[in-house]
Amino acid sequence: MNKKVIALLLKDLLLEFRQKHSFYGILLYIAATIFVLYLSMPDTPESTVWNSLFWVIQLFVCVNAVAKSFLQENRGRMLYFYSISSPVQFIAAKLIFNVLLMLIMSLISLGLFFTFLGSPVADFQLFIGITILGGIGISLVFSLMSAIAAKAQQNAALIAILGFPVILPQLLILIKLSKSAFGEVFRDGAVLQLAGLTILMDLLVVVLSVILFPYLWKD
Amino acid sequence: MWFGMMILFGTSFYYSIKYLRDFDYRNDIFARHFAGVGSFFGILGYLTGIIWVNVTWVTDQGQSLGSVLKEPKLIGAAIALLIYGAYFVLRGSFTDIDKRARISAVYNIFAFAMLFPSIWIIPRLVGSLHPGAPGSDSGNPALDKNDMDATMRMVFYPAVIGWTLLGVWIATLKIRLSLITEKNILEVKKSD
Repeated sequence: MNKKVIALLLKDLLLEFRQKHSFYGILLYIAATIFVLYLSMPDTPESTVWNSLFWVIQLFVCVNAVAKSFLQENRGRMLYFYSISSPVQFIAAKLIFNVLLMLIMSLISLGLFFTFLGSPVADFQLFIGITILGGIGISLVFSLMSAIAAKAQQNAALIAILGFPVILPQLLILIKLSKSAFGEVFRDGAVLQLAGLTILMDLLVVVLSVILFPYLWKD
Repeated sequence: MWFGMMILFGTSFYYSIKYLRDFDYRNDIFARHFAGVGSFFGILGYLTGIIWVNVTWVTDQGQSLGSVLKEPKLIGAAIALLIYGAYFVLRGSFTDIDKRARISAVYNIFAFAMLFPSIWIIPRLVGSLHPGAPGSDSGNPALDKNDMDATMRMVFYPAVIGWTLLGVWIATLKIRLSLITEKNILEVKKSD
């Protein structure tokens, strides 16, 4: 069971290394977007503006990075996976891969944000932690959305339509949570409470994906 | 109306699960119409809510309607409407009936399970103007004793029940109509 998950995961990683163009494509996308922000914004934007821009960029990066995970598999290959693994193993490998990809992307975009847009962040470790947490959450949701959208015809646009409303509550929590890293004072325990809530929601998404994916998979 | 909407969406969610259990096309019709009437009630609730907000919350102290509408509870409601909008867009993008029913059921379950905890949890964590904010002793919107006096409750609970029943009635009318119009499909399905 675990062996197969790892094998599928390695296959995705290997594919990513062999076809570096898509990886660099997303990197360039991040760099270009942040550069546009840098040119269009005042030199050191306010912390609230910085924060909301950061999370919006995360969202779009995730759509681009994760979206292709199911779209790139053509019918024949899906049929092959169908015959060698169970749907749970398949979705588990995809989820892990997308989380890894998104983590790299969020950390890179965080670095670029610091370089280009300055840093209003008071507590770096906390903010990096929140970014990692947020990246995981967003990529989990969009993995399942991309699996759904891959089944429909005009898929690329559909991912955004399906995913944005679902991710909104989580994004609101994250934006609120990251204000704590800007030095805003919260009531005792509120930060932990919000962080716990995001982790719980991530778990919920994982459980739901494992339950629901088998229905998406058979065709 | 929010109560009615939540109950209708809940019913739709229930029928989506039922569809995935036995792949009976009738359950898909049920899920679709409950979601449809639920969204209609959601829109009505939003519109009437805006009128009410305009009277009670917008004061002359510089609040605009836009700033007042950033209420956590109203955001939750708006997200619910967006999600069900997406549900119908997703439905529209399939031509194959079985595939449409299955995949939209998956989305319905996922969206409902993601949305409602956040609607129920987040507003209880942050302050707001809406009745039932943490400032008012308990965080239970609409269900708390201190929020409403007896006369208001005399109106409120019958209204909740009435709107819910009205919604269920409209939904069942639509369901019966489509059970008749899609009779051919249903019969074909039964025979395979």
